[in-house]
Amino acid sequence: MKAINRRQAFALGGGFVMLTLMPMAADAQVTNDAAKWIEKFTGGKAPVKGKISLDLPEIAENGNTVPLSLSVESPMTEQAYVKEVMILADGNPNAGVATLMFTPLSGKAEASIRIRLAATQNVVAIAKMSDGSLFTEQKTVKVTIGGCGG
Amino acid sequence: MADKPRIKLPKEAAKGDVIQIKTLVSHVMESGQRKDAQGKAIPRKIINKFACEFNGKPLFACALEPAISANPYIQFNAKVDEAGTFKFSWTDDDGTVITAEEKIALKA
Repeated sequence: MKAINRRQAFALGGGFVMLTLMPMAADAQVTNDAAKWIEKFTGGKAPVKGKISLDLPEIAENGNTVPLSLSVESPMTEQAYVKEVMILADGNPNAGVATLMFTPLSGKAEASIRIRLAATQNVVAIAKMSDGSLFTEQKTVKVTIGGCGG
Repeated sequence: MADKPRIKLPKEAAKGDVIQIKTLVSHVMESGQRKDAQGKAIPRKIINKFACEFNGKPLFACALEPAISANPYIQFNAKVDEAGTFKFSWTDDDGTVITAEEKIALKA
C-alpha cells in the first residue's frame, strides 16, 4: 500500500460522507412503492415462502449491474406452470425491477437478468402459478457503489 | 444504438429438449433518476418490454423497469418440440421496436 496523498484523502473523505448519508436515504426509501407493487400483483393474497431459488451475490461491488438468476420449482405443462414472477427491490427509488412471464413452452421456469440496486437492500421475488397460488423468496444484497445516478 | 442484438442458442436440438437462450441488446436504459451537469433530470428512456415467440406462440416475455442494467441481458429457456423460428422483440419507451429472428432445427 502506498501512503495516501492529499487527493486520495479528499476522495476518502467524500466516501465517508456518502456512507453516512446513504443509510438515511435508504431509510427514506424503504417506504417506496414496494407494497403497492405486491398488492397489485397478488391481489391481496399472502404468498407462501418457498419454491423459488433466487441467486444473487451477497455483496455487489457495483450496483449498476448485479447478476440475478432465479428458478422456480414447478412442472411446466399446460395443466400446471409458473405464469409470472415479479422481482422487486425495496430500496430502489422505484420498487419494480422486472416481471417475467413464462409459458409451458419455456420448458423451465428459469431466467437470468442483470439489475441495478441503489443501495444495500432486499430483493424480493414473487411467483404466480397457473392455479393462482403464490410463492415468495427474498435475499439481501450489500451494495458498495449504488447504481442510480449519484 | 441500433447495434444488432446478440442472441445465443443452439443451432439444433433433439425433440423435447429444453434449450437455453441468451440475449443481449445494446441500450442505455436511462433510468430517469440521473441528473446531467446542469442538474436537470435526464429523461427516462428504457426498453420496457422484451418478448420471445416460437412459431407465433408466446414463449417468454419480460416487463422491464428502470432497475434493469444498461445493455439488458436476458437469459431464459425454451422447450423445443418442433423445428421453427424464434422471434425476439425489444420495445423502447419511445415506441421503437428492435426485432431479431433465430431458426432452430431438429436433430435427425
